[in-house]
Amino acid sequence: MIKEQIKPAILIFLVLTVITGIIYPIFVTGISKALFPKEVGGSLIYRDGKAVGSSLIGQPFDDPKYLWGRISATSPAQYNASSSSGSNIGPSNPALIDEVKGRIKALQAADPGNKAPIPVDLVTSSASGLDPHISLAAAYYQVSRISKHRGIAESAVKDIIHKNTTGRFLGLIGEPVVNVLKVNLDLDSYKK
Amino acid sequence: MSWNDLIQSVIFLGVLLLLVKPLGTYMARVYEGKPAGLNVWLGPLENGIYRLSGAHPEQEMSWKTYTAAVMLFNIIGLIVVYGLQRFQAHLPLNPMSMPAVSPDLSFNTAVSFATNTNWQSYGGETTLSYLTQMLGLTVQNFVSAATGMAVLIAFIRGFIRKQAGTIGNFWVDLVRSTLYILIPLSLILALLLVSQGVVQTFKPSAKTALLQTTKDADGKPVTEQVLALGPAASQIAIKQLGTNGGGFFNVNSAHPFENPTPLSNFLEVISILAISAALCYTFGYMVRDKRQGWALLAAMLIIFIPCLWICVHFEQIGNPAFDHLGIDQKAAAFQPGGNMEGKEARFGIANSAIWATATTAASNGSVNSMHDSYMPLGGLIPMWLMQLGEVIFGGVGSGLYGMLAFVIVAVFIAGLMIGRTPEYLGKKIESYEMKMAALILLIPHMCVLIGTALAVVLPKAKAAIFNPGIHGFSEVLYAFSSAGNNNGSAFAGLGTNTFFYNIALGLAMFFSRYWLVIPTLAIAGSLCRKKIVPASQGTLPTHTPLFIVFLVMVVLIVGALTFFPALALGPIVEHLMLHAGQ
Repeated sequence: MIKEQIKPAILIFLVLTVITGIIYPIFVTGISKALFPKEVGGSLIYRDGKAVGSSLIGQPFDDPKYLWGRISATSPAQYNASSSSGSNIGPSNPALIDEVKGRIKALQAADPGNKAPIPVDLVTSSASGLDPHISLAAAYYQVSRISKHRGIAESAVKDIIHKNTTGRFLGLIGEPVVNVLKVNLDLDSYKK
Repeated sequence: MSWNDLIQSVIFLGVLLLLVKPLGTYMARVYEGKPAGLNVWLGPLENGIYRLSGAHPEQEMSWKTYTAAVMLFNIIGLIVVYGLQRFQAHLPLNPMSMPAVSPDLSFNTAVSFATNTNWQSYGGETTLSYLTQMLGLTVQNFVSAATGMAVLIAFIRGFIRKQAGTIGNFWVDLVRSTLYILIPLSLILALLLVSQGVVQTFKPSAKTALLQTTKDADGKPVTEQVLALGPAASQIAIKQLGTNGGGFFNVNSAHPFENPTPLSNFLEVISILAISAALCYTFGYMVRDKRQGWALLAAMLIIFIPCLWICVHFEQIGNPAFDHLGIDQKAAAFQPGGNMEGKEARFGIANSAIWATATTAASNGSVNSMHDSYMPLGGLIPMWLMQLGEVIFGGVGSGLYGMLAFVIVAVFIAGLMIGRTPEYLGKKIESYEMKMAALILLIPHMCVLIGTALAVVLPKAKAAIFNPGIHGFSEVLYAFSSAGNNNGSAFAGLGTNTFFYNIALGLAMFFSRYWLVIPTLAIAGSLCRKKIVPASQGTLPTHTPLFIVFLVMVVLIVGALTFFPALALGPIVEHLMLHAGQ
């Protein structure tokens, strides 16, 4: 009874391994490469022929003249895109309050006059540690600081933010978000 | 729940329900061997596989032979995945030069993927070579899902057949599930995902400059970013469709290269439940009484929808500990608000909580947010959905055969209450079926509770806890609830890549998969030998609202009674303390 099944078990396993483990991924890779050449390799952004980042992966910013993103819990450095990680800090963990207070302090030190309530996504860690986005509220919160440090009009900063904002899919699904790296690249190349 | 949360939840459920009938019909036709649309291309391939492997598709199997075939096939898978990890350093397609994986971690990962759990003790981009991911994990993603579907179909045959000695041919059910259902759907989904930005390449990691240099933990400057890549889309497609859930990257579907946009997220979360939901219809179609299939789906939704609401609700309220810190947690036009710790901005609260509920209702276990950072009651929902036995949609195949075990228990209890011989779909339910159904219900509970109890007593296991206080207990309870019900998601702070957890969770996954497959097939073998009793006035109808509610109560009471004490010690106490400001 069992003996008769050994041969088909091994052979079907081998055939399905070839089909699902070799042919299937290679087939998907081939078609994807032809249809979506930019996306398959990580949606890299090029400036003057040099890769300056990916539009899907965030980068760390703490200079007051840049837009800041989410807190990243990757190690050994923030936004380590070869070792994604969330903070996994629980809601009642004192470390959570420390993390949040630390970020509030840094934000206020960079922009002492700003007394507006801070949007929650700006003081919490992302799930991946690589979140490329923040909410519009979190971006607006930083407009006055960036404008002051760069000496450009607030409206110009807002324009750049809006240019790099993606709305909900069909106006319904997901959340509207601002791409932090793209905003900062545009800020750097902005001519007064 | 804000309007935004509500609209997104309704769209999600609506699209899911629209898929049930077409996909369910298609699958039923595949399993019944009727033309289903793809036979012209896949028929010759299917026959070729049988000829090449010496399987005889026309030869029917008794339940014992069927079980033997399932076990043999799965053990081969286990050994191969184990071997690939141990020897990956010497095998090709290892551009990042990953070393061999340790024996206990290899065991854990092998069991994890063979059992359709996909618990991740490993970190994808830091542990496994591309070859291991493809030949080991992607293959198991397909065949473990196909195994679950095959066992379900054999189980359904137990209800259809009259005085028969056989329940089908495992090789046929396995090959058809893979070839006609899982591969075509995965191909479409993978390409859609790549269009959104999911990576799919065999090249090693990409390097780019950082716009602003930063410092690492030792204070050394970091000037470039290394982007881990890989053939991710092809694996992610099947990991969602097959309720597997093991991520290509460490943070699973929260990683922007696995799940870059709201659209990719929507496609993935629909895929998590699509096959399991549609199999209810397949069941109704095959037993020639579609009302029976809709009744089971209704029972699942009656539990699912309130759970979804509760999870979204508590995450949207946010953390009371932030109240006096000058933080804006309210949902508004420009921000999702709520508890954003461990969540991605593009998903906000609605899409994170919908995902968390769906992935634990199904035994998928992929995550797009970190469940460990959920509010206590927001995190209770995923944990409890797993503890219910993964029968609210559940794994592909396994969810429905688990639910059918609950149906057997429910008609038995109902039979006792009204004093009639219990029967379901014309088959008498007798003591043998009840004994087996009881095993199916109790084995996962045993794995969860014994495992948790051991882990909180052993000092070495306690050392793996990350969050202090009560939340640490929740981490352990979650881990065993996940492994003991073949889910695979985690309160990921718990450092489970230790000898104790790798072995203990590995055994929990093994028992709760195979120790359920065997009694399930035993019931099928016993049922198919019985006559079909024609329905009479004394027959309890099993498609009515009354029976649906009765079934829901049985599921809830079994789940609640077993786990309430543990949940009270974990998330419920944490919730009360957090709101009391302690």
